[in-house]
Amino acid sequence: MNSEALQLFWSFGPFVILLSVIGIYCILVTYNLIRALIGVEILIKAVTLLIIVVGHVTGHTALAQALVITLIVIEVVVIAVAVGIVLGLHHHHDSLDIRKLRNLKG
Amino acid sequence: MTIDIIILIILTLAALWTVMTNTLLFAAIGLALTSAVLTIVMFRLNSPLAAVFELSVCAGLISVVFISVTTMTQPQSHQEVAQHNRDRLGRFKFLPLIIILVVLTLVILNLKPTPPLTIPEAGEDVRNIIWNQRPFDLIGQVLILLAGVFGVVILFKEKPKDE
Repeated sequence: MNSEALQLFWSFGPFVILLSVIGIYCILVTYNLIRALIGVEILIKAVTLLIIVVGHVTGHTALAQALVITLIVIEVVVIAVAVGIVLGLHHHHDSLDIRKLRNLKG
Repeated sequence: MTIDIIILIILTLAALWTVMTNTLLFAAIGLALTSAVLTIVMFRLNSPLAAVFELSVCAGLISVVFISVTTMTQPQSHQEVAQHNRDRLGRFKFLPLIIILVVLTLVILNLKPTPPLTIPEAGEDVRNIIWNQRPFDLIGQVLILLAGVFGVVILFKEKPKDE
């Protein structure tokens, strides 16, 4: 790994952290289920960026691309099932506010 | 290098706008914008195949899914929307401060890289990696796609009508 590649990594690293912070904050403070999913999406974007940058820096771009393709497939499936659950909850409760979803409260 | 930093700043601002915008429709559009900017970063980092996947699936398909679910859920009344926006502003007002704090922390720490050194492999091909070196990934992808399909089918299964 040469110094230019390391400089590249340390230029991209803070933005990965920033994206992660934005995603985690969105998941933590929102009450809307769709917004929570959007927070998860932003977290996945941060992970995607990290994998691509590390692949570029280490010279294993092909391996990084293979991993990212797998990640995107998993992301789509997770979002599709989660959106189905959200729609089912909206059908039953007529709301997407997690404060109103208290059926399992003991 | 400078243009990379500019693109990354645009990426972060797009993500921030996605999280802080008022309406869900704009949030879905912001997410598509974030994916599109991430695609540019991927192209610049010599990952064209993953970039095409990101653009077509994340910026296209997932945005359509989010916009659809936004329109399928019942709209709120104007009063509820106004109250909701006030509440959201109160909750999200700390996010820009946290972003500034994180940036300041990173600047103050001024981390120096000490990762293990590796020799880049030459002549790697994505097709070779996917089909020959990591075939279990493909099996996993097929299985999780099937799991997703069955999950959605079960979630939207309707009760049989009484005859």
